Amino acid sequence: MQVTMTVNGSSFTSEVESRTLLVQHLRDNLDLTGTHVGCDTSSCGACTIVVNGEAVKSCTLLAVQCDGAEITTIEGLANGDTLHPIQEGFREKHGLQCGFCTPGMIMTSWQLLERNPNPSDGEIRHALEGNFCRCTGYDNIVKAVQWAAQNS
Amino acid sequence: MGKLIGEAVKRVEDRRFTTGAGQYTDDIVLPRMTHAHIVRSHLAHARIRSVNTAAAENASGVVAVLTGEDFKDVGGVPCGWQVDFKDGTTMHEPKHPILVADKVRHVGDAVAVVIAETKAQAKDGADLVEVDYEELPVVTDSTAALQPGAPLVHDDLPNNMVFDWELGDQGATDAGIASAHHVTKLEIRNQRLVPNAIEPRSYIGDYDAARDFYTLYTSSQNPHVIRLLMCAFVLGLPEHKVRVVARDVGGGFGSKIYHYTEEALVIWASKKIGRPIKWTSERSEAFLTDAHGRDHNTTAEMGFDAGGKITALRVRTDANLGAYLSTFSTCIPTYLHGTLLQGQYTTPAIHISLNAVFTNTTAVDAYRGAGRPEATYLIERLMDTAAAELNIDPAELRKRNFIPPFDGVNEPGYQTQVALQYDSGNYVAAMDKALETIGYQDLRREQEEARKQGRYLGIGFSSYIEACGIAPSAVVGSLGARAGLFESANVRVQPTGKVSVYTGSHSHGQGHETTFAQVVADNLGIPMEDVEIVHGDTEQVAFGMGTYGSRSLAVGGSAISKALDKIKEKGAKIAAHLLEASADDLDFADGSWTVRGTDKSVAFGEVSLAAYVPHNFPEGMEPGIEFNSFYDPVNFTYPFGTYIAVVEVDPDTGTVSLKRFVAVDDVGNIINPMIVDGQIMGGVAQGVGQALLEGANYDESGQLSTGTYLDYAMPRADDLPSIEVSQNVTPCPHNPLGVKGCGEAGTIGSTPAVVNAAIDALRPLGVTDLEMPLSPPRVWSAIQQASA
Repeated sequence: MQVTMTVNGSSFTSEVESRTLLVQHLRDNLDLTGTHVGCDTSSCGACTIVVNGEAVKSCTLLAVQCDGAEITTIEGLANGDTLHPIQEGFREKHGLQCGFCTPGMIMTSWQLLERNPNPSDGEIRHALEGNFCRCTGYDNIVKAVQWAAQNS
Repeated sequence: MGKLIGEAVKRVEDRRFTTGAGQYTDDIVLPRMTHAHIVRSHLAHARIRSVNTAAAENASGVVAVLTGEDFKDVGGVPCGWQVDFKDGTTMHEPKHPILVADKVRHVGDAVAVVIAETKAQAKDGADLVEVDYEELPVVTDSTAALQPGAPLVHDDLPNNMVFDWELGDQGATDAGIASAHHVTKLEIRNQRLVPNAIEPRSYIGDYDAARDFYTLYTSSQNPHVIRLLMCAFVLGLPEHKVRVVARDVGGGFGSKIYHYTEEALVIWASKKIGRPIKWTSERSEAFLTDAHGRDHNTTAEMGFDAGGKITALRVRTDANLGAYLSTFSTCIPTYLHGTLLQGQYTTPAIHISLNAVFTNTTAVDAYRGAGRPEATYLIERLMDTAAAELNIDPAELRKRNFIPPFDGVNEPGYQTQVALQYDSGNYVAAMDKALETIGYQDLRREQEEARKQGRYLGIGFSSYIEACGIAPSAVVGSLGARAGLFESANVRVQPTGKVSVYTGSHSHGQGHETTFAQVVADNLGIPMEDVEIVHGDTEQVAFGMGTYGSRSLAVGGSAISKALDKIKEKGAKIAAHLLEASADDLDFADGSWTVRGTDKSVAFGEVSLAAYVPHNFPEGMEPGIEFNSFYDPVNFTYPFGTYIAVVEVDPDTGTVSLKRFVAVDDVGNIINPMIVDGQIMGGVAQGVGQALLEGANYDESGQLSTGTYLDYAMPRADDLPSIEVSQNVTPCPHNPLGVKGCGEAGTIGSTPAVVNAAIDALRPLGVTDLEMPLSPPRVWSAIQQASA
């Protein structure tokens, strides 16, 4: 099936199998490998991206469901060489170690700050409960999001 | 030295990771690459009657289907550590084949592989492979597997014993227990855990026929060791014809140390089909095939005299090693567990007797902490339990038994009853700092007040020690290791004064590119931007033993430090020549050699250039400036600390809420405090996970009933409080950086503190023991039983 979507500002038209997950399409067909796959039960959040302004786990959508969609992935978040404040926050507060969950964490955090620019620590923890991090213990991720909130 | 060492320098690697530009193995795409999907056993124990691949071979896009028959003449993945039976008999070490042909021994055992043009086609093809099984009886528990008549995991190995083993003085220990004023005894189930690095394992095998050369891309913690094991033991390949690349790796926690069958599979099959092959684990496969951790059944007894001094510690453990021996599985319950039973205490007699056992389960090996969490858990649970039984404050009971402070320089190291000699320690200082940080006296008062209001607050302690910086090669060799455990470094100064450092250590989250660069830049007096840390590629790095056992900085960093000494020594000779002075008259500071007492100096960059443009050069000296170093530590390092957990238990639901967690660690000198804090906090989260949430369970038929993230509870952001971390510094006396390692401390120390806290909370209700994980139903049931 043919599917057209705008990803990080560029339009892509591709031929995909109807069973292709959105995350597979991004990774395998569009070479956007910053979005990661960490599980097969939509539990880990590593594949979180923004579709039409909402953070979603891209393993829960088929590519063909996203015909006409406007998509932002981790590769599209920075403004040229200038990192987005959330990306900067993760660096400032040591909110990442191995980096594998980081793109999904950042995209979920983006959604939170869009909806709630000044979240409490508890609100951040609640917002991120769909994203696993095995390295940090989350504390520094909470601080990273707070840093971004204060520097946006 | 000193501008960068000790500073919380922001990480060099973060830019690529925060922009999606990291390159993990599954991100790599090679021309003509195919995809593999493995057909795995859905049964825990069954004889394979037949495998029918005809339909799969004819499926769309399928390139090849291979079965155990294809690998009959190929080696199995080896075990890297030999532990013999008490009577000297060699341990039982059955072959772990790439694909099994005779019988499957755990759910997830690999039976066939389908290689196809796309991942989806490989998976479709795998669905068409028909395996006819004859089901066999199953055993999953180590103690049950030792009973007469238990199903045999390997038909020719009696009692499912891998080996039996002991350490310590049994006679003295039995006497110390028998004569004790009081004996505290616990039956402990240290449950099985699944490491769950968020990046699933991923491998690409690429055989280049033109060069007769193999390249393996792998999500591994130690690429050189994988190359060595695969070449020498499994496939019989010439090592110089094999390159192993492990660039960005998404967490390991031990599970990516080992040589896995799928690595050898993609390499061997790539030559067979003449194309690259990628295999990436799905999470469900990871649950079934990544090596698991822990799984000890233990009886532990600690004797005390009338004054609360420990008289002896006696431990009996059945350790479950799963269906096959993973790379380091045999040393974990023995030399990384039995040897740590001294803890921080002056216990005069210790004995452990242990059985290592095969079962119809996934292999068990090192998981963050590896043996040391199991040792710490039993010691520290005994301490808090004994404190309650003896009516002595748990902090006070520990203080009565602490080994007095020793720095390893003016005072000698501490010789334990279980083979190791601690390098330096100040245990009471860590305890005092933890007590002060948490406000202990006030907290006990708060607990009393809460109890009056029907609220159940608990305070739990854990004073841990670990053996890190693994390890002196001669020592581990004498204990059965089939490898040296040194580390290598190459420091290459470029003509312009930029420095490339090639380390055999491996970063999969630890931040080597930052920490190691801090060490190099400070040593040479150059900016960090002028230093590049290279790891994870056998073509670039001379050799390496990789990263595990909190060894990167203590061993890998020390190797770099030694190489830097050689750089500075040669640099000084070149500088002396350029300055027409004696090298002895030069001072090296801020990146320049200066003739003492003058303003005559030459900069590091000028010396570097002179080394490669040796027009004016010391007579007889070789051009260039580049040095290797292989550092073999003289001892393990022994980080330690005291952790205090505060929990509140809701007796109506059994829910345990972690309210506060104070961690005081002493990991020796600190290069980057931000990274140390991060390692401790992450480690604590995993240890808390074991205490409260995580546990791998097999049902009676050997199915892993906790095989997805929906069933296996890992800590999420809202499960944890902020962790209060701080450090004392007792330098390591025997390595050049004075560092001890911080990667595993949090996991080792935190688990018993949380469980002790929950039991402390519920003691007024009569609860004296709880089994991990402390799930609400389990805690609620314990409360009901205690009050019945």
